[in-house]
Amino acid sequence: MDTTDNADLPLDLTRGVHLGRERFARSAVFVCAAVTVLTTGGIIAVLLIHAAEFFADWSVWDFLTGTQWSPAIEPVQYGVLPLVCGTLVITLGSAIIALPLGVAAAVYLSEYARPKVRAVVKPMLEILAGVPTVVYGYFALVYITPWLKNVFPSISTFNTLSASIVVGIMIIPFVASISEDAIRAVPKSLRMAGYGLGATRFSVVVRVVIPAAFSGIIASFILALSRAIGETMAVTIAAGQSPRIANLLNLEDTFLRPIETMTAAMVNIGMSDVTGDSLAYRSLFAIGLVLFCMTFMMNILGSWVTSRFREKYE
Amino acid sequence: MTSPKDIPAPAMKLTVERSGRAKDWLLLIVCLLSTCVGGAALFTLLAYVVVDAAGWLDWQFLSSTTSRFPEKAGIFPAMVGSIYMAGLMIPPAMVMGIGAAVYLTEYAKPSRLTRFIDINIANLAGVPSVVWGLLGLGLFIQLFDMTYGTLLVGALTMALLILPVITITSREAIRAVPDSLRQAAYGIGATKWQTISRIVLPRALPGILTGTVLSLARALGETAPLIMIGVPTAVFATPDSPGDKFTSMTMQLFSWSDYPQPEFQRGVLAAGVVTLLVVLLSLNALAIYLRHRFQGKHQ
Repeated sequence: MDTTDNADLPLDLTRGVHLGRERFARSAVFVCAAVTVLTTGGIIAVLLIHAAEFFADWSVWDFLTGTQWSPAIEPVQYGVLPLVCGTLVITLGSAIIALPLGVAAAVYLSEYARPKVRAVVKPMLEILAGVPTVVYGYFALVYITPWLKNVFPSISTFNTLSASIVVGIMIIPFVASISEDAIRAVPKSLRMAGYGLGATRFSVVVRVVIPAAFSGIIASFILALSRAIGETMAVTIAAGQSPRIANLLNLEDTFLRPIETMTAAMVNIGMSDVTGDSLAYRSLFAIGLVLFCMTFMMNILGSWVTSRFREKYE
Repeated sequence: MTSPKDIPAPAMKLTVERSGRAKDWLLLIVCLLSTCVGGAALFTLLAYVVVDAAGWLDWQFLSSTTSRFPEKAGIFPAMVGSIYMAGLMIPPAMVMGIGAAVYLTEYAKPSRLTRFIDINIANLAGVPSVVWGLLGLGLFIQLFDMTYGTLLVGALTMALLILPVITITSREAIRAVPDSLRQAAYGIGATKWQTISRIVLPRALPGILTGTVLSLARALGETAPLIMIGVPTAVFATPDSPGDKFTSMTMQLFSWSDYPQPEFQRGVLAAGVVTLLVVLLSLNALAIYLRHRFQGKHQ
């Protein structure tokens, strides 16, 4: 250890060596931090440059308002609306499952579970988000869909419902953990004031704690749904490759038939033999740009709301 | 926002109280069931897949290449590919991630730039994995002219994907090192870098490793980025160099999910899923072990 060796030397003898090292270390770690910023810049640049190449041959307006997606079969059509619709339908389906379950789990963990129980239950919940999405896709296709066939005999092999169910299961931990943070941030004094007035636990949770943690719970919804929008493999395997605009008024038609999300369309193009020079290949980046913008805005909004609830009670 | 004044008036009659008790129980039951339902669903599915994998998951499966014939199909090249990719991806991701974390915790002063980097990292962690694949495609294959589907491109893309996760967990681990240790090091004349490299980082290492292992598990479970950078679904030889084409366990599972025969759907594929999950669960168990050691040290 040269610190101890140098300890009895006058400071200025080692100063030059150390100064050089200190400067180098400082610049090296700064470069590492800069790489993370460059990565974001890289993502945006790659998406914009290649999407611009696509939009040179296919008008932005036709892309954003077109109602047909058929990148490989002539006449080719690159209308992104059916894909956006597919993504939103599956996100909606997964939200119906994950949001109530996630909030209820957060209430259980923060209001009821003893610390020991919580220490076991929380990692178990996290496992739901740790299972690879390709495995969820397999579960949906091979186990959940045949089971759903008993309930809905008209269901297709590839369908929106099974994909929504697995995506819903997958995002429960996101809702639960951020909501739990928000609920825990509610000061104990508010609860105690409630109990002091003779309120039951139900009233305290429903009328004091949840309203006080409301913004944090909303943030958890936004961040979890952003995950659902970006989810790829489960929806590719389970929901199929049929781009269509679903009519939400006809639930049976919406959920029992195949659909294609933005992410599944990207996988579809990625798996096909399109070359680096074709329009279909460049459309990958155009969809990617739409997907990135949607999730980026939701993430920004979500973390902004989260930082607000963190500050509120400090 | 509801404030305490919205709470029902104090003078409650006993009957109200009694219905309140019932609601209390109802709330507990609903919350408890909701907490369990996701886990219960997952465990049911896992039970199914384990039963299906029985008889298929054997030495032959682990040591063979893929095949059109279910009884001959195996996962060996994909497993080796995943392991090689992990080996290549971890060093650059760890160096960059720890470096960025050290900068943010030890050097950066609270400024606009620091806040910007912080927000940026949080957002990167939320970028969909398929978009990371597009980054790899545009950056490494288009710009740097590397070959589609090689081990090197896969590892570099995955290194970028796990970089934000490693940075965030390393930052937490470094922040958890008590400030008194730093002050003590400065007190005996250590320079800033000596303090960081000999006092702070060793102390934060278990936490950093926990985060790294978890991000490794995440990378091994990813499929979509590999599809975007053109990783092939059927590879019959194990890669010998970073420039060779490879396939991963997840890609292999994805390609098997296209085979309609029941022997694949509820046999080979089930065996592959169990293999992948065993690998990932072992990594998670390792992370939990490291975290326990980490917590024990600080108490």
